[in-house]
Amino acid sequence: MKNFVIPETDYMVPGHLACPGCGASLGMRFALKALGEKTMVVVPACCWSIIAGPFPYSAVKVPLFHTAFETAASVASGLRAALDMQGQDDVTVMAWAGDGGTFDIGLQALSGAAERNEDFIYVCYDNEAYMNTGIQRSSATPEGAWTTTTPEGHVKDRPKKNIVDILAAHRIPYVATASVAYPHDFIRKLQKAQSMHGTRFIHLLSPCPPGWKIPSDDSIEIARLAVQTKLFPLYEIEDGEKVTINLEPDGLPVRHYFEKQGRFRYLTDADYERIQRDVDHRWEILKRKAEWAKE
Amino acid sequence: MKKVMMGNHAVSYGARLSRVQVISAYPITPQTQIVEELSELCARGELEAKFIKVESEHSAMAACIGASAGGARAFTATSSQGLALMHELLHWAAGARLPIVLANVNRAMGPGWSIWSEQTDSLAQRDTGWLQIYCESNQEVLDTTIQAFKIAETLSLPVMVILDAFFLSHTYEPVDIPDQRGIDRFLPPFQPKVKMDIRDPHAFGALVTPEHYYEFRYNIQKAFERATGVIEEVGREFGEHFGRYYGLLEEYEMDDAEIVLVTSSTITSTARAVVRERRARGEKIGLLKVRVFRPFPFAAIRQALSGVRKAAVIDRNISFGHHGIFFSEIKSALYGQPDAPRLFGFIAGLGGRDVTPETIHDIIDITQHESKPQQDIYWIGLKSAGQKATAPKTAAVK
Repeated sequence: MKNFVIPETDYMVPGHLACPGCGASLGMRFALKALGEKTMVVVPACCWSIIAGPFPYSAVKVPLFHTAFETAASVASGLRAALDMQGQDDVTVMAWAGDGGTFDIGLQALSGAAERNEDFIYVCYDNEAYMNTGIQRSSATPEGAWTTTTPEGHVKDRPKKNIVDILAAHRIPYVATASVAYPHDFIRKLQKAQSMHGTRFIHLLSPCPPGWKIPSDDSIEIARLAVQTKLFPLYEIEDGEKVTINLEPDGLPVRHYFEKQGRFRYLTDADYERIQRDVDHRWEILKRKAEWAKE
Repeated sequence: MKKVMMGNHAVSYGARLSRVQVISAYPITPQTQIVEELSELCARGELEAKFIKVESEHSAMAACIGASAGGARAFTATSSQGLALMHELLHWAAGARLPIVLANVNRAMGPGWSIWSEQTDSLAQRDTGWLQIYCESNQEVLDTTIQAFKIAETLSLPVMVILDAFFLSHTYEPVDIPDQRGIDRFLPPFQPKVKMDIRDPHAFGALVTPEHYYEFRYNIQKAFERATGVIEEVGREFGEHFGRYYGLLEEYEMDDAEIVLVTSSTITSTARAVVRERRARGEKIGLLKVRVFRPFPFAAIRQALSGVRKAAVIDRNISFGHHGIFFSEIKSALYGQPDAPRLFGFIAGLGGRDVTPETIHDIIDITQHESKPQQDIYWIGLKSAGQKATAPKTAAVK
């Protein structure tokens, strides 16, 4: 990573409508820097439906197609087919969807596209709830989180869905996690994905200050803590099997991550301990998978 | 070249002759042979297209939307539940002004499961912004599929080509297949007015405030108003190329008709035979086939029915709590017309029940016998008790 240079050219312009500290706006900026001008973006209903700006404006300098909530992967499939029929092989199609449009309502279309190994990059910017509609729980919402539909007394009691394993199970060429706190890693992964064909999926953890109840200037720090506590490890899976861990975390206690966010204010010491055990357990599994891939 | 083929294959051949570039579809009875044949044509290299075999009809329409936005000629086919699943995206395709062509095989909606013919599936999509053309024969199916692309691309609006389950989809009829060179002259390659283009980047379908949305909808309505003329023009041009002319309506024995049957789809063929028979007996019966349902051909309907004493509209569909859907549309077209006929509304053949010559005779008899409608809706051939329409015993029929 030492000599890795973030591309200077921006394809995202000032004037977008994201909240201060939004991980999703930063994520798009990095993504377009990585992929360049020969990129077309498909955006289903999500925060980015707003962030991109109302007609006749656009916050990006590449073609962008807004579409219905559950259709990012299927619209991207059709767009790719149209480009292929016109010999535009050098254009990258990127679907850019939130966690609701990926983990929940769009999962069927995404699974279908992945099974067909459609030739596009799909980035899920995961802010862990329906933030655009005002913080309702999704299947990406972590255990213990408050949302407006998991209020005090009924905070989410089920773990976050493991979307990375679901996608890897389709045995697509490339699945990776990424964080806005590690732009070099994210950009490298996008460029690696761009050099490949077939369905490439990147799961980007994307903090949401209003939804996570954090100060807007804490976004990056909290995104970094998610990685450093091993709650959200940075790794990639090639061809459904070859696991590579991209960063060895410091292994900070998970409570460092939770305590900074108002959405986790109902977690108790017992919860912290239980979640810590689970995180350690899953990290061991991931490490073994990575070791197994090396052999 | 003439070939005996099922209606579903007439759709496939129409799509092939139109040189569709992206097909995306999901199987559903009774549409399956459309996509099976297109898969074969792609596999054999007789059609140069990408066929995206999606996991649902919803994704089929979504993929067509992506393909059309990307500048490709896009096609799909479905039926009934599948069309209903597409509903959200039918609005999206029309709102995005994408000239997608969809063949829908008219099939009844569940429950209970019915695979047989009924028009309620497509008519329930009437407000989505799609043109709708109902076909009577396999020849018309093939010809209309080709015309649909030209109409769609002229107007930047999606077009639905509609054929009856089994009565057309699975029935073999001789079909004249125009030669490819002729079709290429009639239907040049798709030249989108706007498309996703890295050299000219734009955002499509962005958030639109009340300041602009209203005008977008007005523009769609204006395109629909132009559509009647475009459909007529394309139908005429098709006739000049291939000898078969098409319009909004088709009239049969209408010149001095006192009673007119108004039909669509395959019921028309049965009605035509019955009208011929009643004409032979000296009865002044005529037939009006409605080919185009959206845009609704108000002016042509008014003109065709002007001065007619009574008209009987036969609907293989129902809008619950209202009427047969063609009936209510025709009624609205005739409202306030000084020389409008008395309108009789008949429901027949729901869920694929046969509409036989006897059914049509009954409808004519009732319309002849009653000076004005005695019921809001006549349910023809109803077996159970209820509002029952029977032919007057005095009528000399059969």
